[in-house]
Amino acid sequence: MLSIKNLQVSVEEKPILKGLNLEVKPGEIHAIMGPNGSGKSTLAHVLSGREGYSVDAGSAHYKGLNLLEMAPEIRAREGMFLAFQYPIEIPGVNNTSFLKKALNEIRKHRGEEELDAIDFLGLIKKQMKLVEMKEELLKRPVNQGFSGGEKKRNEILQMAVLNPMLAILDETDSGLDIDALRIVAGGVNKLRSAENAFVVITHYQRLLDYIVPDFVHVLSDGQIIKSGTKELALELEERGYDWLIEEAESKA
Amino acid sequence: MNDETNKIAPNNDENIAMSDEQQTIQNITDQDYKYGFVTDIEMEEFPKGLDENIVRMISAKKEEPEFMTEWRLKAYRHWRKQKEPKWPKLKYSEVDYENLYYYAAPKKDGPKSLDEVDPELLATFEKLGVPLEERELLAGVAVDAVIDSVSVATTFKGKLGELGIIFCPISEAIQEHPELVKKYLGTVVPYTDNFYATLNSAVFSDGSFVYIPPGVRCPMELSSYFRINASKTGQFERTLIVADKGSYVSYLEGCTAPMRDENQLHAAVVELIALDDAEIKYSTVQNWYAGNKEGVGGIFNFVTKRGLCGGKNSKISWTQVETGSAITWKYPSCILKGDNSIGEFYSVALTNNYQQADTGTKMIHLGKNTRSLIISKGISAGKSNNAYRGLVKVNSKAENARNYSQCDSLLIGDQCGAHTYPYLEIENPTAQVEHEATTSKVSEDQIFYLNQRGISTEDAVGMIVSGYAKEVFQQLPMEFAVEAQALMSVSLEGSVG
Ligand SMILES: Nc1ncnc2c1ncn2[C@@H]1O[C@H](COP(=O)(O)OP(=O)(O)OP(=O)(O)O)[C@@H](O)[C@H]1O
Ligand SMILES: [Mg+2]
Repeated sequence: MLSIKNLQVSVEEKPILKGLNLEVKPGEIHAIMGPNGSGKSTLAHVLSGREGYSVDAGSAHYKGLNLLEMAPEIRAREGMFLAFQYPIEIPGVNNTSFLKKALNEIRKHRGEEELDAIDFLGLIKKQMKLVEMKEELLKRPVNQGFSGGEKKRNEILQMAVLNPMLAILDETDSGLDIDALRIVAGGVNKLRSAENAFVVITHYQRLLDYIVPDFVHVLSDGQIIKSGTKELALELEERGYDWLIEEAESKA
Repeated sequence: MNDETNKIAPNNDENIAMSDEQQTIQNITDQDYKYGFVTDIEMEEFPKGLDENIVRMISAKKEEPEFMTEWRLKAYRHWRKQKEPKWPKLKYSEVDYENLYYYAAPKKDGPKSLDEVDPELLATFEKLGVPLEERELLAGVAVDAVIDSVSVATTFKGKLGELGIIFCPISEAIQEHPELVKKYLGTVVPYTDNFYATLNSAVFSDGSFVYIPPGVRCPMELSSYFRINASKTGQFERTLIVADKGSYVSYLEGCTAPMRDENQLHAAVVELIALDDAEIKYSTVQNWYAGNKEGVGGIFNFVTKRGLCGGKNSKISWTQVETGSAITWKYPSCILKGDNSIGEFYSVALTNNYQQADTGTKMIHLGKNTRSLIISKGISAGKSNNAYRGLVKVNSKAENARNYSQCDSLLIGDQCGAHTYPYLEIENPTAQVEHEATTSKVSEDQIFYLNQRGISTEDAVGMIVSGYAKEVFQQLPMEFAVEAQALMSVSLEGSVG
């Protein structure tokens, strides 16, 4: 589903990703961990088409499509979703109508009929239960005045409504209280299927107790220096990253 | 605030013209067509330039009664003594008034069919969802006059007639209801008002006249059904709306489709009069040709719009969505004379590329317990400049006057400008006046966020802008609001990313 080969990305001449490889297949959950500033969000942004990054080498294919040549909205319509580390506020734009517009753009792209207001409301009510979000937040402008945790839940609600093929969750667990964490993870688990895939970026192995990954990767200084199973996350929790980084350096 | 600014400042508020109206008037000027009358276009051409003779000829052509001719002449003589004002914030080449035609010069070399029309313009119609049959008219294609909507218009005219509502071209009103015209014309915007209004008074081509009798609530939005007629109109439009005691009317002016016109200068006048317990809602969506991306061409829009809340408990609200013109200069205003009267001003002014807009309002509180509300939303993109200028004046006799003003600016990109000039003249200590202002930017983060949810950049900007201007759009009649929001996206095309 997602195939990244030797991806090298820089920002303002500064190399951030330095030859990254990753293969994600349908039905899989991949966790990406790594120290601050190692390039995790950069990877998420480049994959979803944010401007300001220069791809210097390598490739990224999604469902066989050359991802890096696609406009960000087309990637989204093709089923890619990014849950933002810092969700953006959009004053005056109603949360519900925003989400309806987004869903209908995706449906149009797939050649499906657009949902009318009533059908959409039915869908959103159902998906709101997944994330136990307050209904009042639907009537407010997108993310405006939401608490940190509410913003994160709103990301998951959007994911639940848009039902992506490939979802990248950038530190969705940060800033969530323990109950919220369980709810968000529960939402992900309910959406999980044999057809879709998740890339979960996190600093905490705790999240991985709830969302059990098939693979854990460690990103350090723009490269994946180690991949393993969920046990790797436990080991990292105990020992930190230094030993891995040393190990990688001695190999290089 | 510098001195220059003060020159245009509402201190000389009687000198402030409002040019938006011109556009409207032009739109409405094709009324012959609206009502199923076909104008005879084969008029002899008047020479260029302006003198008393031309004024008399215009009046004679329209078979006007003596009082109108005299009024026009007084205006003309006054105009001759005036100098064109200089607007420090606006930059434009001077208009040569001796080189203009002052009597309907019908278009001769318009495109013969849509095939000859600028494809860019057609693409815009497509995006705005302008019905096919309207596109030809809006693009200035020479169409033979008879169109389906003629019969529609006639039907509505009958319905309005039953209620005693008069809605007709002002030229017709001058002939058929001279007593009403004589009683009200020039009472809110006198012919001495300002350079452009004075010129308009002397040479106005046509425009709308509306009279709502006492106690009648006009059952439809006036003019929305006649949008199609908005294309070919004179450059000096004149509109007069009178709401008699206890009546209500909502009037729509303009059109979301981009309007082209060979006349560069537009100087319209709109006068509104609300008597006791009457309410007038006047909405404008204005999208005159703004010139190309380099700022060449485009309409200069100098309009004088003013409403008089003459009676107690009367109310006038102006709602405007301005996206067009190279230069827009207009200050729809309310004179709150009746006790407990209310004035409202809701405005979205969008400028892109090299457009310049200087717009705002004046709320003049004369009566007791008068209230005014100002919601102004400026949007600047490209290299444009957008200025809000507002005056709130509370007369010494206006006990317990209240005003709330909110003036926001939204910037798209970093080469545009937004300026806010609020002026206050408070002569009564019981007045309560509040002013709030904010400036914000459309960020790349916001656009990316919406992109990532499958929404195109164009739609994203449209959504952000519509969200920002929501309070104003909510004031528009539903069908207009939808079009106006689409217009936002189209007008901002290419301004981001
Ligand atoms: N626009 C930018 N300009 C300059 N440097 C940038 C820019 N964006 C990212 N960087 C740098 O790239 C590096 C990687 O940033 P990124 O946000 O991808 O890290 P991260 O792994 O997500 O970190 P965290 O765990 O703190 O979220 C950092 O050193 C960051 O400062
Ligand atoms: Mg990050």
